[in-house]
Amino acid sequence: MTETRTPTPDTGRTTAPAERRPDRAQLGLAAVLLLAGAYTVHDATTLNVGFADPVGPRVFPYVVGSVLVVLSVLLALAALRGDRPEAEAGEDVDLDQPSDWVTVAKLVGVLVFTIATLGLLGWAVSGALLFAGAAWSLGSTTLVRDVLVGTVLSVLSWYGFFVGLGIPLSPGILDGIL
Amino acid sequence: MDNLSLLGDGLLHALSPENLLYAALGVLLGTFVGVLPGIGPAMAVALLLPVTAGLEPTQAFIMFAGIYYGGMYGGSTTSILLNTPGESASVMTAIEGNKMAKKGRAAQALATAAIGSFIAGTIGTLGVVLFAPALASVAVDIGAPSYVAITVMSLVLVTAVLGSSKLRGFISLFLGLLIGLVGLDLNTGQPRLAFGTTQLADPLSVVVVAVGIFALGETLWVAAHLRRAPLRITPVGQPFLGREDWRRSWGPWLRGTALGFPFGAIPAGGAETPTFLSYLAEKKLTKHPEEFGEGAIEGVAGPEAANNASAAGTMVPLLALGLPVTATAAVMLAALQGYGITPGPQLMEDQPDLVWTLLASLLIGNTLLLVINLPLAPVWARLLRIPRPQLYAGILFFATLGAYATNQDAFDVFLLLVFGLLGLAMRRFGLPVLPLILGVILGPLMETKLREALTISDGSPSALWSEPLAVVVYVVIVLALVGPPLLRRLRGPRGPGTPGAVEREKELV
Repeated sequence: MTETRTPTPDTGRTTAPAERRPDRAQLGLAAVLLLAGAYTVHDATTLNVGFADPVGPRVFPYVVGSVLVVLSVLLALAALRGDRPEAEAGEDVDLDQPSDWVTVAKLVGVLVFTIATLGLLGWAVSGALLFAGAAWSLGSTTLVRDVLVGTVLSVLSWYGFFVGLGIPLSPGILDGIL
Repeated sequence: MDNLSLLGDGLLHALSPENLLYAALGVLLGTFVGVLPGIGPAMAVALLLPVTAGLEPTQAFIMFAGIYYGGMYGGSTTSILLNTPGESASVMTAIEGNKMAKKGRAAQALATAAIGSFIAGTIGTLGVVLFAPALASVAVDIGAPSYVAITVMSLVLVTAVLGSSKLRGFISLFLGLLIGLVGLDLNTGQPRLAFGTTQLADPLSVVVVAVGIFALGETLWVAAHLRRAPLRITPVGQPFLGREDWRRSWGPWLRGTALGFPFGAIPAGGAETPTFLSYLAEKKLTKHPEEFGEGAIEGVAGPEAANNASAAGTMVPLLALGLPVTATAAVMLAALQGYGITPGPQLMEDQPDLVWTLLASLLIGNTLLLVINLPLAPVWARLLRIPRPQLYAGILFFATLGAYATNQDAFDVFLLLVFGLLGLAMRRFGLPVLPLILGVILGPLMETKLREALTISDGSPSALWSEPLAVVVYVVIVLALVGPPLLRRLRGPRGPGTPGAVEREKELV
């Protein structure tokens, strides 16, 4: 899935004027990079330099942080000059459609729910809910079947890890039943 | 000859019935995951790491080897039957392979890909047997300064030479280096970038980072742009090759292997250049030029062989220097580190059994791949029909399971989500993934060696170019960075700043 290089979406079909607009969202990315770089440098100043260590723990974060700051400025300049990123294509990706951030938000919500309840419910329950919830977010209409499939997957994986690899995943509320 | 007898011992070691079972399991799992649309080999290995967690190192290696080759073969199946290359190295296969499939020759395309992969993988692995120990015995004498130089070279070349935007490549690389900073500083024991938490006092698990960026990032990106129209999948029968197909395939297989292996073995590898070169070479050499672009079997045989030979070639720097040059190799390195094994020149001397078993497992995995996958091709093709909501829900499920199982801490799932969102942003903003993963893995190694070098020299930076090898490597870096733009300028202006290779590739796609 890495480094896929396929033609940019703006070769062909799509109308030219919409594609020529500068991609302002890149400024947001530049801001995040700037913050990350600045925080890294700040974090490094809090470290104590040991003796007999000519490089010390600070140098690497200083370099990485300041280069990120420089890169964020370069990215902002490039974005303002109209440089557009080449969004990654893929087997199930259709870049001609507008982005569907609602589905992404639903998926993130399902994951946040899983993180919050994993300790309490245990893997067998959480995993089943995760599968069914994710399938629902992505537009599946067969909810009952998804819950069944998810339950089979999560219970099987629980036993697989417990019996096969000797790793007891959290049983949660099913403690004593599994 | 000595190497071959050692390899023989490795084979004996790896050939127990139990180990064969693990190899077969690895091949099946790897192909299964690799065939699934949306999953490339690197993601397949990352997703399957937890499965090997409870195994002995030997058995885990044998499974990895199967997963590695299985994942690659699965990827080519997807490109041929769906015309959607999962990774750049499969672009060429997709061009001719899918045309063949549309003409009703899917079985021949799959067969030439499988047999070509087998031949290239076998020759490539034998190449590793010859070169890796030699390189390792030279590399034992490589000092910290040269090691720093080689690390810089592989980071810079992967970032600057591959990919279309240098700026975005370097952003990705430095994000990776930043992620690699998290955790205890090795010399002074102070946590860096831990945000006051105890969980971040340890270095981030590469499994969580890789699975987050690859699997979750991809799922979220697909969710944002899910193709609603169903893809056309070509039906496939039993793969076989006719006499004419054999005659036209063997040359491309061998030439592809010869092109792929060296590109994999140098620390600026990656499979996309050799597959592209192999395609061009076959187009020049063929007696059927009219078929190119319309489904020429040479255009599948050559690039597929080049792809697999290059994958085998990446084992040379990985085993001999501890340097991964592709995302898949980076994930494999992380897996080995999980067993407390640090690949590099010392490994060959300290634990030769392990290395030879791994190499033997690669040969076995490769053979099993051919034996298992040719008959199973119609079954794999059916996997492409899994409805997308359930498919990606499944990927999400296994990604979460993988992140959670390593430490059984919901915090790791939170980190997975963070890296998933980062992966999503990278795909949206066109940041390449490979430099980030290499930065995460090589950054800490480079820092350790740099500090080692400067501690010996008592802080004088001249120590960094105190070894001849280091100087040579720095010269190579400068040449690689300055050379191409200079050549372009000498040849006169040709298009606004896009590297020629990218242009040509775009025309072909």
